[in-house]
Amino acid sequence: MASKTSESGGDDAAVLLACVRRLGDNALVLGQRLTELVAHGPELEEELANANFALDYIGQARMFYSYAGELEGQGRSEDDFAFLRDAHEFQNFLLLEQPNGHFGDTVVRQLLFQAFYVLQLAAFAQCSDERLASIATRVVKEVRYHLRHSTQWFVRLGDGTDLSHARVAESVERLWPYTSELFDGDAIDDAMRVSWGGPDLDALRGEWRRSLEFVFADAGLRVPVDGWKPGGGRRGVHTEHMGYLLAELQFMQRAYPGAAW
Amino acid sequence: MMVIRKHARQERLEAQILAWLEDVADPEIPVLSVVDLGIVRGVHAGADGIEIEVTPTYSGCPATDVIEQSIVDALEERGLNSIRVRRCLSPPWTTDWISAAGRAKLAAYGIAPPDRSADKRSLSGDAPRVSCPRCASGNTALVSQFGSTPCKAAYRCASCLEPFEYFKCL
Repeated sequence: MASKTSESGGDDAAVLLACVRRLGDNALVLGQRLTELVAHGPELEEELANANFALDYIGQARMFYSYAGELEGQGRSEDDFAFLRDAHEFQNFLLLEQPNGHFGDTVVRQLLFQAFYVLQLAAFAQCSDERLASIATRVVKEVRYHLRHSTQWFVRLGDGTDLSHARVAESVERLWPYTSELFDGDAIDDAMRVSWGGPDLDALRGEWRRSLEFVFADAGLRVPVDGWKPGGGRRGVHTEHMGYLLAELQFMQRAYPGAAW
Repeated sequence: MMVIRKHARQERLEAQILAWLEDVADPEIPVLSVVDLGIVRGVHAGADGIEIEVTPTYSGCPATDVIEQSIVDALEERGLNSIRVRRCLSPPWTTDWISAAGRAKLAAYGIAPPDRSADKRSLSGDAPRVSCPRCASGNTALVSQFGSTPCKAAYRCASCLEPFEYFKCL
């Protein structure tokens, strides 16, 4: 691990830990949502694609959580982070815990997040913490692939039949408000940028919006106007969906502590 | 003098270990060894045991744990002990790490090997042109970007009409 540990000491290390854990939370929650869809795909290709994406996110969560456990130094494993924390201890974006809904809802959630995530990861790939940079470099390659898939579906639905257009337009209206949270950073995001060369969220917001404008134009859909801005993920304050998600995710370890196979 | 001899012995052991790893198969594409696949990044034999550096192919590859265990098992069978497998992420694995021997084995097994242009084409959105591993025809069509494992796509050959898999370029 590189630099930054000694002089300004514990603060920088704590910031890095919080940031890595949040990245794990995002990956795990999205991975769990996609896992819920396994065996419910609308067609075989989509079924396989979804299962592959779900595996990628769970794999990412494992890398982030393992690293967080090492940074924390209290012997917590990836499983401890995933299975033995309550909702208020998860700091994922609210967008990611939103239910899968219909296929258009899922596609829109994936598109809005992945367009952000590729930019976020590309920035972390350049940060001064070697391990985080190497994980981000690894992961961004896969997420670009995911983004391409979501983009294709978004355009197909938006530019498809009147029904698919109307339904995906509704999905956009429903999910758009949750995107402002992606860029509304807090002290941890600021410190990551200053101390570790993490992403500049204001710059990312502009880049994200420009990349989506092209996709929306192709899909024949309008980029919504910002209005209601729900937030709270960074503080562990969640929507009503999070408890149900965790109940299913964590059931085995809660009912049979330490179960292994 | 002592030091030099010891060093040479270590090198011989490391070369021997690498040769043994040629027999450790990838669990999902058993025709490839972990060495062919290009995921063994280093073999270090030291006073405190043996360390093998391995890099995962995809973040979510479910075979990673199995591969690490097979490496330990294979070396223990050869009478070695104190074996550690260390996961390294940098530089990240791409399909360019698959060896020439590995690419030939893939083709012989009926899986079209990835073309050698990691990243570039995967971003352009076009499906790559893939030759049929059975009849070598270039007249093939993508059936699904997603196949039986995260690393493969499904194709069909329009000349010999056989379906086949393509190892995706990453």
